Amino acid sequence: MSRFFSFGRLWALLTKETIQMRRDRLTFAMMLGIPLFQLILFGYAINTDPKQLPAALVAPTQDRFTRAMVSALELTGYYRFVTVGATAGEAEEMIARGDVAFVVTVPSDFGRRVERGDSPVILIEADATDPSVASGAISTLSTVAAEALSRETGEEAQNALNAAKQLSVIVHRRYNPEGITQYNIVPGLLGVILQLTMVMMTSMALTRETERGTMENLLSMPATPFEIMLGKVMPYLAVGAVQVVVVLLAAKALFDIPFVGSLPLILIGVFVFVLALVILGYLISTVARTQMQAMQLTFFFFLPSLMLSGFMFPFRGMPVWAQMLGEVFPLTHFLRLIRSVMLKGADAVTVAGSFGALALFVALLAGAALLRFRRTLD
Amino acid sequence: MTAPAISVRGLTKRFGDRTVVKDVSLNVARGEIAGFLGPNGSGKTTTIRLMCGLLTPDAGEGTVLGHDILREGRAIKRRVGYMTQRFSFYEDLTIAENLHFVAGLYGMRPVASVVRDTLEDLGLSSRRDQLAGSLSGGWKQRLALAACIMHRPDLLLLDEPTAGVDPKARREFWDEIHRLAADGLTVLVSTHYMDEAERCHRINYISYGELVAQGTVEEVVRNAGLTTLVLTGPRSAEAARLLKGAPGVEQIAPFGNTLHLVGANGATLRASAERVAAQTGTQLAPAETSLEDVFIRLMGDARDNVT
Repeated sequence: MSRFFSFGRLWALLTKETIQMRRDRLTFAMMLGIPLFQLILFGYAINTDPKQLPAALVAPTQDRFTRAMVSALELTGYYRFVTVGATAGEAEEMIARGDVAFVVTVPSDFGRRVERGDSPVILIEADATDPSVASGAISTLSTVAAEALSRETGEEAQNALNAAKQLSVIVHRRYNPEGITQYNIVPGLLGVILQLTMVMMTSMALTRETERGTMENLLSMPATPFEIMLGKVMPYLAVGAVQVVVVLLAAKALFDIPFVGSLPLILIGVFVFVLALVILGYLISTVARTQMQAMQLTFFFFLPSLMLSGFMFPFRGMPVWAQMLGEVFPLTHFLRLIRSVMLKGADAVTVAGSFGALALFVALLAGAALLRFRRTLD
Repeated sequence: MTAPAISVRGLTKRFGDRTVVKDVSLNVARGEIAGFLGPNGSGKTTTIRLMCGLLTPDAGEGTVLGHDILREGRAIKRRVGYMTQRFSFYEDLTIAENLHFVAGLYGMRPVASVVRDTLEDLGLSSRRDQLAGSLSGGWKQRLALAACIMHRPDLLLLDEPTAGVDPKARREFWDEIHRLAADGLTVLVSTHYMDEAERCHRINYISYGELVAQGTVEEVVRNAGLTTLVLTGPRSAEAARLLKGAPGVEQIAPFGNTLHLVGANGATLRASAERVAAQTGTQLAPAETSLEDVFIRLMGDARDNVT
């Protein structure tokens, strides 16, 4: 039996940790239940491209052009007209109260101007208190307007329509042409769910031993710090694997997320990411004195990583200093990796940078955890 | 293998600015049952942890089983069985699972048969799948002892092993300790029960981090140089009142109708006792000084040193 590592000892530790994990029924159920629950909840609830937003129409003359306009807007799915005959004052009140997200004003000379070919104007006022609410709705406008008018005026406007279509290239969304939020959210959710459960569970690893008074006994027996670390984190790799399978299956079955890239590459990426997470959790448990502290440290880490990783807000939209801060979270690199591979079909070479970053996290965190590990009760 | 099981000199341990163990030197011969005594908070647990590598001493040196305590902690851990004061096996594992874990960590082969034998010796074969947390105090203690000696250590460190255990279980526990010692195992056991101290080959008394008495029970009692007298009679309670603060009287302890009087100065003690015996009509007789008398005296001394 080697002095510093023995499979026999590791096996003893693994068996013990696995049994303890399984016997803590509530925690175990949470680890398997939470991913699915969160996926369904957030997958369906979070939508940065909301549709069917309430709108009010202010149109003094209800001619055929106005009606064409309204039905075209409704057909985009973004607008749902709750009033079609409001006065400007009423509409103003409604948008101020938040009853409607848009006020569409068609001036009384709209029809005349169209017939004359004299550039017609429509005013759309959007409640932009939440910018993401309106962006999708507004970006479809020019296309829709041009389309609606060309149908009504006939062939002559065909050229105008073409021009409008070319213009709409600006808002064309690559990899997700229909702007389906789930494509972006679900792969990201995989990362967030893994991060929450893996880090939190392993952050209790050593503090639980200390609090229950079993640490003294464990330290008096011949297990090395490396063996103890592996014994603590490896059972959670297995739990993580189950979570990954659950989330990926649900992504396919419930949200119909495309798997453009290679599945093995996705799985390897997830594996390295989970490894980094469980070791991070373990590192927290070498620092924290109590389970309560471990929990607090986990949340202290969790929130900024959620905000700055590009899960909640576009990474490239943040100021440079925030982007630099974001780079220190494994989640940031994992999100890049999984979105590239899953949605864009990136190959291993393309995502090598993200892989390298995650592997570096694993090495650094494991080194720090082994250094931090207290072999004595001092 | 002729080196003493424990040979440490000048062990000192501080937590912050509090010195918990002060310059403790200790020798324990192989095959000996050494008692480690002292009041609560006197540094017994800390000293034991220093010897099995769970704490690093701030000063001092020595060997345990021939291994340097400062540099060879890993080798010591392999040859030492340490039973903690509080039950520190896994309460959410069954009895058999706990033993499997320990056997695996010490690399014992084949694990299954080692565990089976241990369970049989313990008489717990039928309850092997019971959670350790559901065992009574006495059974937890037996399980802990069995787990500590499973890897056949050369030195067993027991930290107040019988706290909260009933007298019968304590008796059986000590019989087992003597059986193990007869087979060559060295045992260092901390306790504050006097009857247990008397079952040790040698005792070491520690008070406020300092070792204040060492030797066999007889030696410790003799070296203390105390005189003990007994007053017997129906008015012993009144006698106790009269003796309080009398010259030479250091301890007054009522036992039923009798009164034990202890003092370092035999002549003064006797003079005071004879005077009160005459006043109250009680019988005065000399008696054997007990270990407890000595320890109470030692505790008093140490407290005087502190204040």
